[in-house]
Amino acid sequence: MTFGEWIGETENIVFLVISLVMVGAAVMVVVSRNVVHAALMLVLALAGSAAVFLLLGAEFVAWTVVLIYIGAVVVLFLFGIMITRAPTGRDPADLDHTRRWPAALVAAAVFATLATATTMAFEDRPVSGDIVSAEELGDVLFSRFVIPFEVVSFVLLAALIGGIVLARRDR
Amino acid sequence: MIVNQFLILAALLFSIGVYGVLVRRNAVLVLLSIELMLTAVNINLVAFGAMISDAFASGAVFALFVIAVAAAEVGIGLAIVLLIFRNRSSANVDELDLMKW
Repeated sequence: MTFGEWIGETENIVFLVISLVMVGAAVMVVVSRNVVHAALMLVLALAGSAAVFLLLGAEFVAWTVVLIYIGAVVVLFLFGIMITRAPTGRDPADLDHTRRWPAALVAAAVFATLATATTMAFEDRPVSGDIVSAEELGDVLFSRFVIPFEVVSFVLLAALIGGIVLARRDR
Repeated sequence: MIVNQFLILAALLFSIGVYGVLVRRNAVLVLLSIELMLTAVNINLVAFGAMISDAFASGAVFALFVIAVAAAEVGIGLAIVLLIFRNRSSANVDELDLMKW
């Protein structure tokens, strides 16, 4: 499939815009001098991922990302930034390593490996945007995947108790 | 839509996250970069789920599991960062060389 054929579909133009915004926001997350800006750029990247999930028809996953990631996890990050008094722009030297090029080289190698390995394995396989409804997902989650579901809920309970025990002041 | 476009987007996001984990010194920012990597994994899972479109909706279900585990990881991770900050008044990962021989 050539690029001209690919860009001819309306969905792909939407995808291209969303992914450009996502990649820009992700780059800002890792290079921003201001910690709060990095956390807010993560919101933009996660909102882009929710839009990609909507394109793929996984609407329940998309709204879960909005609720849990954007609603809870990023707020938790902002509290963490506030409590640990992370530098918010005044002390830029403390935020990054000075050796950026080896890290950039490793990241480029990871991208090259992942991109070539996955694109060579699944060339041009079509993806359907058929909607996986919340009803369908709930049915499957409580029948076929009920044991993993219980395990995950136990992990969440352990994390809850562990978080409280670790962050408590009186011990 | 073909599956390659989602795979390349996910690979790009994952490698940006790798760069962030390697280059950032503040522990909260390292956790932010890890969230980027987990988002890339979720995009891959949902894209493969939409590609095979099986009866169990496995891609979406496993993406939900990844989201739940990521939430647990952030909660515990930030509690540990908070504890380290309280003990050493710094959240800099370079200074945490207590277990380095």
